[in-house]
Amino acid sequence: MAIAAPERPTTVAAPRFVEASTPMLDARIPSGPLERKWIQRKFENKLVAPANRRRYSVIVVGTGLAGASAAASLGEQGYDVKAFFIHDSPRRAHSIAAQGGINAAKNYKNDGDSVYRLFYDTIKGGDYRAREANVHRLAEVSVNILDQCVAQGVPFAREYGGLIDNRSFGGAQVERTFYARGQTGQQLLLGAYQAMMRQVQAGTVTLVPRREMLDLVTVDGVARGIITRDLISGEIERHSAHAVLLCTGGYGTVFYLSTNAVNSNVTAAWRAHKRGAWMANPCFTQIHPTCIPVSGDHQSKLTLMSESLRNNGRIWVPKNVGDRRQASAIPEAERDYYLERKYPSFGNLVPRDVASRNAKEVCDEGRGVGDSGLSVYLDFRDDITRLGRDVIKARYGNLFEMYNRITGEDPYSTPMRIFPAVHYTMGGLWVDYHLQSSIPGLFVLGEANFSDHGANRLGASALMQGLADGYFVAPYVVPDYLASTKFGDAPVNHPAFDAAAISVRGQLDRILKVRGRTTPREFHRKLGHLMWDHVGMARNKRGLETVLREIPALREEFWRDIAVPGSADLKNQSLEYAGRVADYLEFAEEMALDALERTESCGGHFREESQTPEGEALRDDENFAHVAAWEFTGIGTPPVLHREKLQFEYAHPTQRSYK
Amino acid sequence: MIVAPALQGTRHHGMRIKLRVWRQAGPDAQGRLEDHQLDDISPDMSFLEMLDVLNERLIKAGDEPIDFDSDCREGICGTCGLMIDGRAHGPLPGTTTCQLHMRTYADGDTIVIEPWRADAFPVLRDLSVDRTAFDRIIAAGGFISVNTGAAPDANAVLVPKADADLAMDAAACIACGACVAQCKNASAALFTGAKVSHLSLLPQGSPERARRALRMVQQMDAEGFGSCSNEGECEAVCPKQISIANIARMNREFTRASLGGAS
Repeated sequence: MAIAAPERPTTVAAPRFVEASTPMLDARIPSGPLERKWIQRKFENKLVAPANRRRYSVIVVGTGLAGASAAASLGEQGYDVKAFFIHDSPRRAHSIAAQGGINAAKNYKNDGDSVYRLFYDTIKGGDYRAREANVHRLAEVSVNILDQCVAQGVPFAREYGGLIDNRSFGGAQVERTFYARGQTGQQLLLGAYQAMMRQVQAGTVTLVPRREMLDLVTVDGVARGIITRDLISGEIERHSAHAVLLCTGGYGTVFYLSTNAVNSNVTAAWRAHKRGAWMANPCFTQIHPTCIPVSGDHQSKLTLMSESLRNNGRIWVPKNVGDRRQASAIPEAERDYYLERKYPSFGNLVPRDVASRNAKEVCDEGRGVGDSGLSVYLDFRDDITRLGRDVIKARYGNLFEMYNRITGEDPYSTPMRIFPAVHYTMGGLWVDYHLQSSIPGLFVLGEANFSDHGANRLGASALMQGLADGYFVAPYVVPDYLASTKFGDAPVNHPAFDAAAISVRGQLDRILKVRGRTTPREFHRKLGHLMWDHVGMARNKRGLETVLREIPALREEFWRDIAVPGSADLKNQSLEYAGRVADYLEFAEEMALDALERTESCGGHFREESQTPEGEALRDDENFAHVAAWEFTGIGTPPVLHREKLQFEYAHPTQRSYK
Repeated sequence: MIVAPALQGTRHHGMRIKLRVWRQAGPDAQGRLEDHQLDDISPDMSFLEMLDVLNERLIKAGDEPIDFDSDCREGICGTCGLMIDGRAHGPLPGTTTCQLHMRTYADGDTIVIEPWRADAFPVLRDLSVDRTAFDRIIAAGGFISVNTGAAPDANAVLVPKADADLAMDAAACIACGACVAQCKNASAALFTGAKVSHLSLLPQGSPERARRALRMVQQMDAEGFGSCSNEGECEAVCPKQISIANIARMNREFTRASLGGAS
């Protein structure tokens, strides 16, 4: 679907990026044994006395799991918190759509789980591209998160004895995933939202709804505020604070179609990047194996079916290429349960990247099912027979209904059809152990940062990380920053605020002035096709170079031909959308560059040039056991590449095998 | 399972749909219905994708697109909500606007689309409304007071499965506002009752149950929502099929609190 680009004459190639001259990045990881690092860090943190806390103001951008939990927790401590969000209510954030569950190393099932095992599984699942210290901290606080959520009234599934129920989830051999029907994200978000609303009532948190952060303001190299646009009145506003927390989620919608909400975007993170925050491993994106296949060009988003379905559903395609019979007409002997065949010990529960790539492979072979041939079966027949329809209905009733609504098919009698879709982005703004970006005073939480999932995120770990950052990390590291920093004045009439406000207004006017013929959605769709074709499930040098040629051309076309009616002084959804697409047209280039530069395969990043004889991802630990953190230098000028070396003292890298 | 009637017949392509859509330039502007004809609608499109198609056409013609809110487009965020032919979220039970698909309609249909209408939900532009009143009801008491770090072990408090299930039924509310929009009194009793129920059904929420019920009901009244007169229209249109038993539970909690002298 990519637009064929004319071959350029080969001249002396300009460098695509510049290697940083400074030594390896320092992530401020505490010394000492793994399990003592966070304890030691918490002890060494500087504190702010309760009576002084209200003098410090903290801006939180985004109110998903990370943002709402951070705002609530900092508000409880007594800081003056302002929470900004693009929606009408903080509860709309896309965390709400997470279905499956949240991991916690409680070992309630007595089946061998521990903090260390969760740590180990997460590092391994991330294909040895995450920081050990961060991941261990995440596993440590996982148990506190569960306690907190239960105390808030999150209605987790219960056993008849009144204890909390849990289950195994994609890629895990222990039952450590806690869930609230198929609406775990919703219930956890409502818990955090309600905790935050309690602070709104208490006067420590102020909500600022329907605001979009359009710039970060730095004064003397330190983050001191943001510029927002009031999405109702169009007014450009300035907000000053002592620290800024970005909790703005991932960039999955760079692919146009993804399971993300249609308003999810990279704008806040990208604009912070343009002000000096480095972007780490942007090529690490997760393709989720169990989504409802695309039905046509009109499609605006893809819908995920929780991968918990893989606990009871069996994935298969016909053995023979071109077998177009209905599922029920294909005899058992002519079905290929390819995951069970290739990975006997994990079967249908292999990690997401492995499941996704295998689905692509069988479809590429011509064995895909459905009208488009771009889907595989997820079949519940055997477990409906074994456990009964009622058990399956109790577990997945709402998911089956959702599937039926979208496709018009009944999964109780016909196998579901699924296909991989972009779901989560492991890359994001670079942060150190303190969740601080390369700009002092700018903290990044949740999916917006890069830190804990390496090259592939395990199921039920996104909710855990968002809440870990917000409930149990930010409330320690942000006060430490506030207590150890000498703050000068940064009033909203400071020249840095003037400059940022003028630049924001300038970009809005520039978009409106074009009055072209191509809509923001058309540009977004074109970009999405390019990214899916060449920076999607499998990547290679040629495709990535194609994208790197075509994106700048598409960007030029955008600024020549973008069609946005109306004005910037009113509610204007096309203008909002155009601004986000403009940022994606810049961001996508860096993402492709990161994918090109990382010539190894790891986790969700599959470079076709780097695979084992069996076709599995082949890492190159010698050259790529590092985080790639990109520093922005301008549109069309080569970024600077900083590297953070990853040390594995506990979980020693091995080739992942799920056989 | 909901199987739309059109599905059972043969699939048709390129449906012709006539839309009458509410347009209103701003909160204080006069609104009106505007007619649009669409001739190329796929039955596989969602209702909002059909509006996307219309908006693309409007933008290309240099006109301002129709402003409407939506986000997750999978029925869970509660952002979308349109009054479709006088019914909140359209004709299918248990379905949000974003989950409604065009296969529900027949070729040649006329569809009237309006925003939620309630004093407490002022129109911002075209089809989008201000629902911040709901957040203020939650802020009044829709929470359990537990600071981060102060929680006991998750299994320290046992919750009978039946109670947990009932609490979950109530907690499934997505705060879309359909209940208010459909109610002739524009009452927020179902929304408020769902949160009162969710929290008071659980042992963790029980210490604050009286205070919570009083404050949330008072805030609901202060926002300008009407009273509940037991018509049940809210339940009929609720995309999450929240039961009006939750309103009864809220009334019981409120009465109990009023008589018991809650702090």
